[in-house]
Amino acid sequence: MSVSKHKKPLLGLVAMAMLLVAGPALAELHFNFQEPVSPNAHEIMTLHMRIFWICVVIAIGVFSVMFYSMFKHRKSKGAVPATFHENTKVEVLWTVIPFLILIFVAVPATKALLTIENTSGSDLTVKVTGMQWKWKYEYVDNDNDPSNNVSFISSLVAADRKASESGDPAQIAKVPHYLQTVDHELVLPVGKKIRFLVTGADVIHSFYVPSFGVKKDAIPGYVNETWTEIQKPGTYRGDCAELCGQDHAFMPIVVKAVSDADFKTWLAKKKAEAEAAAAEADSNKVWTLKDLYAKGDKIFHGKGGCHGCHGENGQGNPPVFPPLKGSKIATGPVKDHIHLVLNGKPGTAMAAYRDQLNDLELAAVITYERNAWGNNTGDVVQPADIKAAR
Amino acid sequence: MSTTMTHEAAHHEEHPTGLKRWLFTTNHKDIGTLYLWFSFTMFIIGGIFALVIRAELFEPGMQIVQPNFFNMMTTLHGLVMVFGAIMPGFVGLANWQVPLMIGAPDMALPRMNNWSFWILPFAGIMLLAPMFMGGNFASGQGPNFGWTFYEPLSGQYQHLAYFVFAIHLLGFSSIMGAINIIATILNMRAPGMTLMKMPLFVWTWLITAFLLIAVMPVLAGCVTMMLTDKYFGTSFFNAAGGGDPVLFQHVFWFFGHPEVYIMILPAFGVVSQIIPTFARKKLFGYSSMVYATASIAFLSFIVWAHHMFTVGMPVAGELYFMYATVLIAVPTGVKVFNWVATMWRGSMTFETPMLWALAFVILFTIGGFSGLMLGVAPADIQYQDTYFVVAHFHYVLVTGALFGIIAAVYYWLPKWTGNMYSEKLGKWHFWLSVISVNVTFFPMHFTGLAGMPRRYADYPVMFTDFNQISSVGAFFFGFSQLLFLFLVIKTIRGGQKATAQVWEGADGLEWTIPSPAPYHSFATAPEVK
Repeated sequence: MSVSKHKKPLLGLVAMAMLLVAGPALAELHFNFQEPVSPNAHEIMTLHMRIFWICVVIAIGVFSVMFYSMFKHRKSKGAVPATFHENTKVEVLWTVIPFLILIFVAVPATKALLTIENTSGSDLTVKVTGMQWKWKYEYVDNDNDPSNNVSFISSLVAADRKASESGDPAQIAKVPHYLQTVDHELVLPVGKKIRFLVTGADVIHSFYVPSFGVKKDAIPGYVNETWTEIQKPGTYRGDCAELCGQDHAFMPIVVKAVSDADFKTWLAKKKAEAEAAAAEADSNKVWTLKDLYAKGDKIFHGKGGCHGCHGENGQGNPPVFPPLKGSKIATGPVKDHIHLVLNGKPGTAMAAYRDQLNDLELAAVITYERNAWGNNTGDVVQPADIKAAR
Repeated sequence: MSTTMTHEAAHHEEHPTGLKRWLFTTNHKDIGTLYLWFSFTMFIIGGIFALVIRAELFEPGMQIVQPNFFNMMTTLHGLVMVFGAIMPGFVGLANWQVPLMIGAPDMALPRMNNWSFWILPFAGIMLLAPMFMGGNFASGQGPNFGWTFYEPLSGQYQHLAYFVFAIHLLGFSSIMGAINIIATILNMRAPGMTLMKMPLFVWTWLITAFLLIAVMPVLAGCVTMMLTDKYFGTSFFNAAGGGDPVLFQHVFWFFGHPEVYIMILPAFGVVSQIIPTFARKKLFGYSSMVYATASIAFLSFIVWAHHMFTVGMPVAGELYFMYATVLIAVPTGVKVFNWVATMWRGSMTFETPMLWALAFVILFTIGGFSGLMLGVAPADIQYQDTYFVVAHFHYVLVTGALFGIIAAVYYWLPKWTGNMYSEKLGKWHFWLSVISVNVTFFPMHFTGLAGMPRRYADYPVMFTDFNQISSVGAFFFGFSQLLFLFLVIKTIRGGQKATAQVWEGADGLEWTIPSPAPYHSFATAPEVK
């Protein structure tokens, strides 16, 4: 047995250690955390490197002794076995010294944790809701009236989904930021303490943005708190970090960090858009089948995300995801159909859409489902019908 | 208290054959064999699931399976390996070795022993059968919610009842097995074998058995609450009904953390038998090893929430669990240092069991380091639910627990079969496995640090390179295990005859009886000085 084979793991370890030394600078080579852009991410990086080095030093120490022993204390080299099998002094030392090393780790870790979990004194609050399989963001302002908060749903863009399903590396290479591009980005100001209130709508998700050092579980029935302060403008991408079902890998988080001034401008624009959309949906306007069908088609294949489970052509993926084409719900009583879409089906993956789509959007998508793919019920659902069913 | 036991000679002329032998056996050696073959079969099945995962993850994009099928693969890979391969593997070793090592004629409760085993194939069927239900195999009908089956996601699963009952059956098997082990060790040691003279493998199994009895009922309670939530209108884990999804995680991990120590303590015992044998030197610090094992077992009960650092726990809770968790490094370190001190100034040879044991010490220690890092709560914010965690637990479970089982098989196979295995094939198996296991799992540390979450069917392009390396390593590792199968079968069928002693430096009662061990051994208890 040649010595070099025994040294292989040690050399590998040293190589890895060397690569990790350059830590942040090597971020683009993806050996270490993504570049930290928040104070918490910096603290975590520092702590991580500290424990990492302690582990490397101990590993080199222990493995060197082992390899030396494997080389020197072998029968083929004529070694005669010693007879000692205890040594109280040494045993006490190698119990107490590791204990002291742990304290050396625990003290800065305690300090870091207390800072990271202190969400007080924030400048802005954003409510984050994890859903199957998208995120909803809501900017909480100071007027104690949630009904006029800017809120929107952020979903993976269709191009990424299609590329994924194709499995074709060429197609995937053409998609920018594959699996990390969304239709509506979370826009945030730099230099401000931003508090996230994180909850879940159906199952547990987790709001994870590596560059911020943020990860907090989104749990139904809980409102968790975490915070960040983004130190420089840019686009930062994260992912859902708790298994949440079929599309767990397909609900990214994309944050666009801009100057505070740009943020305020953007928020005001969004507010105006929201008010206009609400006005359009809330009016007692009576819509035609043709207009609702067109609108519903876009929602079914886009914002509503229905196609994800029920298929591009309403064919579903039975038995877990029922087809809508020719289904009892889509061709049966309208009020049952409305009820199902509004409230979901507990115990299944069918979510409640009452908080995700407004009256007009719900009316449109239900009208579409009742008339597409040969369903042809001729039914027209008006926004007023949805409002009444809430 | 140990009692001297003798048996009527006539009764023990029996040596049944055929199918009835295996169905009705109450012989600890036969039952050990059954467990070990079951374990190996499940290992291959769980390994196939792993290769589906690694094949799909070779490149971004869904090439082979749908996302839900992928989630089913990760779930079943975990469940099958934990409950089908590792745990039954160690129980098989316990069945074969504990009576031999304490000079007992069999286990204390031989009929219950038979039932402990025969529940397992039914549990396995119940776990895997839903895969084939519903008529749309490719959509993934089996359990798909992770081996940790968190609510509320698991509550959405259509065939939950099968899963719950499978877990119940597995629990019955483990609890009965644990009772048997404790009764055997406490009552049937040969005269003169005080507790502090027992081999370490027996000590680690005694402690493991107590852990099993303590926590398997908790798991049973957990899955029963899932069952009633889905079918009987309770709301233990359903927030809308006044319940708490996080309660699930507390109950599960109260089982789950001791569970991982259940999976590693017997491996510690195996390594503590092997290294002294091949270093020709007594285990360093025997009493410390016993106390360290007991400390690890005790601590394992009070650290569970380190699996839950991002759940929204109060800071005081996070701080406590961080301190308690990192504390486990102390007794674990003591064990590693004691193994090294056993090697030190010994006279070592490097037969295959020793190679596996040494690889265990080095690679399990690496897994221990990533575990220490994970225990640091603020850092865990970045590591949690990423491939960093996957790297950690595969190091401790594959290069730890699995290597422990493999080492034990090489070590004791000559005793069981009466034949020496081929040292050349054994070394090939070892080197192929050690290199490929590191190629598979070491890059996962990087993938995780870089931000790739676990249980992801598809991933952003930046993670491609390390995923490809892991996938190549995984296929090499998987196919290398076929060499092990070939070697074991070859050895059973014949080979150089083994002596009773087998290994020059071996010490212990099992080496005082012939190889192969007689069907009934220690009919008369030996005297231990």
